[in-house]
Amino acid sequence: MPQVITANRLRDGAVVYFGPNERWVEGLQEAVLLPDPESVKSTLERALVGEKANVVLDLFAFDVERSGGEVRPIHIRDAIRASGPTVRQDLGKQAADLQPAAVVENDDVSI
Amino acid sequence: MALYKNGSFIKDAWRSISEGEDAPPAGHVILPLDWWLAEREAFEGSNAPLGLRLDPGASVSAFLPDLHRFSLLALAFPKFQDGRNFSLARLLRERHGFSGELRAVGEVLLDQIQAMARCGFDAFEITDPNTERALREGRAFGVSHFYQPSLGRDRPVGDRPWIRRSAH
Amino acid sequence: MYRYDEFDAGFVADRVAQFRDQVNRRLSGELTEDQFKIHRLMNGVYLQLHAYMLRIAVPYGTLSPRQLRKLAYIARTYDKGFGHFTTRQNLQFNWPALADVPEILEDLASVEMHCIQTSGNCIRNTTADHYAGAAADEIEDPRPYCEIIRQWSSIHPEFTYLPRKFKIAVSGSAHDRAAIQVHDIGYQLVRNESGETGFMVYVGGGLGRTPMVGHKIRDFLPAADLLAYTEAIVRVYNLEGRRDNKFKARIKILVHEKGASAMREAVEAEFALRDPDALRLPQTEIERIRSYFAPPALPRRNAMSSAFEARKAADPNFAAFAASNLAAHKNPGFAIVNLSLKPIGGIPGDITAEQMETVADLAEEFGSSEVRVSHEQSLVLPYVALDDVPAVYDALRAQGLATANTGLVTDIISCPGLDYCALATARSIPIAQRISSRFGEGERARDIGPLSINISGCINACGHHHVGNIGILGLERKGVETYQITLGGSADEACSLGVLTGPGFSYDQVVDAVETVVNAYLEHRLAPDEPFLAAFRRLGMAPFKDALYRSNAGADI
Repeated sequence: MPQVITANRLRDGAVVYFGPNERWVEGLQEAVLLPDPESVKSTLERALVGEKANVVLDLFAFDVERSGGEVRPIHIRDAIRASGPTVRQDLGKQAADLQPAAVVENDDVSI
Repeated sequence: MALYKNGSFIKDAWRSISEGEDAPPAGHVILPLDWWLAEREAFEGSNAPLGLRLDPGASVSAFLPDLHRFSLLALAFPKFQDGRNFSLARLLRERHGFSGELRAVGEVLLDQIQAMARCGFDAFEITDPNTERALREGRAFGVSHFYQPSLGRDRPVGDRPWIRRSAH
Repeated sequence: MYRYDEFDAGFVADRVAQFRDQVNRRLSGELTEDQFKIHRLMNGVYLQLHAYMLRIAVPYGTLSPRQLRKLAYIARTYDKGFGHFTTRQNLQFNWPALADVPEILEDLASVEMHCIQTSGNCIRNTTADHYAGAAADEIEDPRPYCEIIRQWSSIHPEFTYLPRKFKIAVSGSAHDRAAIQVHDIGYQLVRNESGETGFMVYVGGGLGRTPMVGHKIRDFLPAADLLAYTEAIVRVYNLEGRRDNKFKARIKILVHEKGASAMREAVEAEFALRDPDALRLPQTEIERIRSYFAPPALPRRNAMSSAFEARKAADPNFAAFAASNLAAHKNPGFAIVNLSLKPIGGIPGDITAEQMETVADLAEEFGSSEVRVSHEQSLVLPYVALDDVPAVYDALRAQGLATANTGLVTDIISCPGLDYCALATARSIPIAQRISSRFGEGERARDIGPLSINISGCINACGHHHVGNIGILGLERKGVETYQITLGGSADEACSLGVLTGPGFSYDQVVDAVETVVNAYLEHRLAPDEPFLAAFRRLGMAPFKDALYRSNAGADI
């Protein structure tokens, strides 16, 4: 089962995913898919640099599947986390409402 | 380790004895509670300054009869979130009248020092480099208005001295 | 309500400055997350499913219009235009940036609000009953005592690192609207034969994973000893409470494992050794604080209001609102008005910035400038003249705040659940919405009568499902949401914990199951005026279990 690494951005708490070029991205579809436990382990080590650099916190990996050209979380919690509250379709990532209301001063989330 | 007392770092006159070590009766040693309970006869008739180390949950009744023998009590915080020794510190000062050095040891961090002082601690063993740096730089920390009477250096304020205090 | 003086303002300003410094040290890495987390929590900042969440204290559920307007401003400026009222009378914002929290705290401090100790292993918001000061059945207003406890417990040097969180509630009436028997300490105001004020003391109640009803350890504690006795209880807990297992660290576990008698002895022994002068509350202090809570000077009014009666006769919707949403007032000619934050099919407890401003305006014009937050996640205007209720109703209706359902089946209490909360195992809000839509706002709901439904999205029970007449607990099994139903819970003075019906129900089945339970009640009740809870206590589980598990709306086994 492929996995994706995720975390929360320290400054504003936004859910982010470990993407290409060591960058943290906001959309699950841009995240790097890790096909096996080996790749998860080694990528997690690289991703932890972001925690040490105080860019992100609470890193973990979760299961996904490819379905109809899209990456989808297996677990409902990760699915809700990736899209937003099911009871407010106008809020969160599902509404392309990508950043919390406040302007985050230093947008550069690369590590 | 750097010892912080009365607003500055000082040389530590004391040595901590660990379990299994032989303590010379010469003094200025901090003894683990179990060690003291097993070996107290060795110190009969000695005037050597003695210290006692108390882990959270230590039985007060076990050492209370000997309290007058100690000029230092070291209360441990193995994890800073373990708050038991805040209560023990207050009881030792307020209820049992301990007037020697009350030292906080273990995970002693900048943001807990003021609360410790207000519970009666007057010495702090600092091992966290960020805490040591902040203290050496004289950086302000804590709050300066208090809603409880305490054992720290604060003083009563205004028309409710029984419960309002200020640091200034 | 309490007004800050210079000292109180200084205290909050200190704390804001301290937290600003802590945030900066976290952002720069000088503090690790492990070192910072405890300060973040003690300033009400959680990390939740989508973002940080900020929990603002509303001491004993009392708010001024000025405070409500500031909350509306914060909702618009730093969040997504809405907030959420909780089961402990606090307000939550779901989307603040950590970097903005120091600014938000400054804004709150400017209206005498704060987030101090709304999380963390410390003494939390001391709650009261939301009709305090206005209820006809009140012995005495509990809020001055809540304020006294609040101040004393704020940044308390000895009690900042307890084994776990600590929640205190105070009830001012024999009819307990503050759920004191399911709090770590519950204080019940009483008068002794000499007419002196004191408290009955309960210890070790709580919900969560192991719900327990508190044990009475004192029949009468003189008011002057309130803080000293509280200190004794919390000190015993701090020294002896378990620290080896987060889920066994509340005082209720200590009371359970030690035994209530041994707990009483330990507390009384600690209390007996105190310095008698140290925390004894001077009567002048009690009176000084009490003066802030003096009820507004309400003009004399006739008990009957012809404007009110005429409107009831002419407008059936208004009549329904009057029947369900008004509560009896101490003063003739006045009413306690419950605003509903439970629109049919809506999200329980959510409120928009615009709605907050409307309530602020109404409180100023018609309500002696006072608003309360109830434990049922709604708002209360406790001082409205009957003559003014029609105008208040019209304004509320325009903002969707006049649903006539206080205490009825659609007045559902629900935690945020898996839609918002990182701890949740299942969604709770959509269940609430669907139940609400199923029963609607009309004759059917009125006929069902008083019925509390509480929904929790995980076993931490923030929706207080254990004390719901119908409790719903959302769990997860093999990645699928599943819901257990309990019946017969109650948080009032006849406190009881709900009993499990049996196997759980799926996301699709649970609303049918709730309807089955309600129908079974309607079928078996003695008369329309026998409420659900009384019927359940009389009948027991059998007819409900039969209906649930033998009908077509069968359980998912």
